[in-house]
Amino acid sequence: MVAYLLFALTLGGIYGLLALSLNLIWGGAGMVNLGLAGFFAVGAYASAIVTGAGAPVPVGLAAALLAGVAAGLVVTFSTLRLRDDYLAIVTLGFAEVVRLVALNERWLTNGSDGISGVPAPFKAALGIAGFNLFYLALVSGIVLVVWALLRRLDGSPFGRALKAIREDQELAGFAGKPVLRFKLQAFAVSAAVAGLAGALYGHYQTYISPDHFQPLITIYIFLAVSAGGVGRPSGALIGAYGVVFFLEATRFVAEVVPALQPVQVAALREMLVGAALILVFYLRPQGVLPERIPPAPRMS
Amino acid sequence: MSVLLQAILNGVMTGTLIAVPAIGFTAIFAVLRYPSFAIAAYVTVGGFAGWFANSLWGAGVLPALAIAFLVAGAAGVATEEGALRRLRPAGALTVAIATIAANLILENVTRFLFGNDLRGYDLPLRPDLRFADLRIGPQQIENVLLAILVMAAVFAFLRFTRYGKAMRAVADNIDLARLKGIDPQRVAVTTLFLGAGLAGVGGVLLAVDTSIDPLAGARILLTVFAAAVLGGLGSIPGAVVGAFAVGIAEELSLLAVPATYRSAIGFAAILLMLTFRPRGILGERAS
Repeated sequence: MVAYLLFALTLGGIYGLLALSLNLIWGGAGMVNLGLAGFFAVGAYASAIVTGAGAPVPVGLAAALLAGVAAGLVVTFSTLRLRDDYLAIVTLGFAEVVRLVALNERWLTNGSDGISGVPAPFKAALGIAGFNLFYLALVSGIVLVVWALLRRLDGSPFGRALKAIREDQELAGFAGKPVLRFKLQAFAVSAAVAGLAGALYGHYQTYISPDHFQPLITIYIFLAVSAGGVGRPSGALIGAYGVVFFLEATRFVAEVVPALQPVQVAALREMLVGAALILVFYLRPQGVLPERIPPAPRMS
Repeated sequence: MSVLLQAILNGVMTGTLIAVPAIGFTAIFAVLRYPSFAIAAYVTVGGFAGWFANSLWGAGVLPALAIAFLVAGAAGVATEEGALRRLRPAGALTVAIATIAANLILENVTRFLFGNDLRGYDLPLRPDLRFADLRIGPQQIENVLLAILVMAAVFAFLRFTRYGKAMRAVADNIDLARLKGIDPQRVAVTTLFLGAGLAGVGGVLLAVDTSIDPLAGARILLTVFAAAVLGGLGSIPGAVVGAFAVGIAEELSLLAVPATYRSAIGFAAILLMLTFRPRGILGERAS
């Protein structure tokens, strides 16, 4: 039971990083990333490959950050000037292409067999129970640092300029804000955070394969951010832990509705996720922790 | 040389199949101004509706197409009216995200009902026809003809009927259309029925060509998007031109890259098009 709780909390932290990543661009600049699972995968593979070649884990994490940035530049390069729907379509396609590459480039990713033996830091020294505890602390610590940094960013001139871009891109441009550069930077940072989440996931599971990075993860994170509160890092985090709890709770569907095939239970659970996202949009689009919009300063 | 010709021939056939759901996607975009990711689920729902009619009642391809159009169209209208319509004030991006959720729900309804197995239509097998070095299946020819027939019907509908004209008017300028007494809500419902129905027709054409399973629509989604973006989002003739372009590009590049990268070609086409001519071949402005 304790092991299970530790697992859920660690996964919550990893989803929390993804939610922070999405919140930065969606809540910040009004851009969406429908290929979050792809960036997650890019980070996981980057770190697994680099550490597999003998580099220490911190270097792997750095590689994941860089790979995330590079992937972010690829998808934003051609869409930044266009309406946001184009970014949505391109990011969705990007995740699919990442999955195809992971499946087919066996020399790099070992195809559908996946990469096993991704190094788990200090696992030998700590034992399994100790490692689980240590890793939860590590992930939670990183989440805390990223959250603090993003919160700071949120209130900084850069963060405020992003929100101005979200509200009215042209107006922000007229006000002299370098709109394209800010959007590019925000997306790159966001992609890096998603890559970092992937690396942490890989070193935790010690095994990654294309099956681990289903598009469904992207929907989980959208659910987390919209339920928690778009535009507020704390909300995104709460949403992520909430989503892990919700997903684990839906496991009991099988017991509530008897006489179902396993595939039907799986289908029901996914339906619940979709329904939950639409319900959140209906009932509480501002989320549990709504964005705080400070009043404009008085004219004196 | 004949390898090349065969690839182009295959590309034209892929293109005609992709064109039908691509018209559906781009029509919904033109009128409702959001990209509907649920188009994948409409393809799947249509494919299964046709399969159900075929295996239960022995329906041929033509009745299966009609049933798929009606069932997928109804699913589209139900989704729009039941879930998406009230989100429109929140903006196109919110609706687009909600269509992903709707897609997930619909896809899993088919999974719940029919399981994950691949299902094939029960149709008589016929040997491939040969022209010199080129091979082509009679069923493929029939599919292409059916797709062309469906497209002709769509163009006639848009050109000559009141509803078709109203759709084009709303797509062009919603405020002017309203001034002329067109009810945008009714036009939206018509468009959803037509768009989702066409996706369903595409589902049957695909399923007859290969097979149907809950992820069938998701697998062609990127190719459908590529067709619509290449042709210009919101342009119906563009979607047709884009579909042929993507179909031929896919088949030609399969001569050089492994077949598993098929949908990556669509992605590459989208990136190239958006970099150099974002409004597409026949589209309007994109920024």
